[in-house]
Amino acid sequence: MAATDNKNAAGSGIVYLPLIAGWLVPGAGHFLLGKWIRGALLAISIIGMFALGIAMKGKIYSSGHNVLDMLGLVGELGNGLLYLASRLLSWGADSVQITVADWGTRFIVVSGLLNVIAAVDAHNLRTGRKQ
Amino acid sequence: MFQPTHFTAVLLFSLFVSTVFGITQRETPMRMLRYGIYCFLLFVGSVIVVSWLMYLIAR
Repeated sequence: MAATDNKNAAGSGIVYLPLIAGWLVPGAGHFLLGKWIRGALLAISIIGMFALGIAMKGKIYSSGHNVLDMLGLVGELGNGLLYLASRLLSWGADSVQITVADWGTRFIVVSGLLNVIAAVDAHNLRTGRKQ
Repeated sequence: MFQPTHFTAVLLFSLFVSTVFGITQRETPMRMLRYGIYCFLLFVGSVIVVSWLMYLIAR
């Protein structure tokens, strides 16, 4: 019965809304589902990690010239609108100059990957795969 | 510019990642908390162990 409900839910277009909202804005997918505390903790963690990465002058990847740059770009794209804002407002750095900036780059990439995990979690909550 | 020490960066990284892991990988609040603490201790503990190993190898 539950599996049938899940199939029906997956069939409608709106089922992907928490996934997309969660990717664009950290925690938004959980907010849409009424999971306020989880959403707030996820938003604080992901946005905090991204902000610290920017504060450490982490690199914002703009194009993939080699495999490592491409992987970094994919990771940072996980930040959704935060990545777009960082490109538009020239946050972060174009190249890594000091050791702390290298850590900052890792913080930004990992915050993007964590945001993808959080968005998928919101999708699982929406489809009933997770309580 | 924010310039933390290496260990402070490790603590911040572990805290944020453990929070997300705890919330996304477990279902009940108590299990989320326990799993988050478990991940945090594993992150920080493994960094300390590997740091000592590198220190001893370098001597």
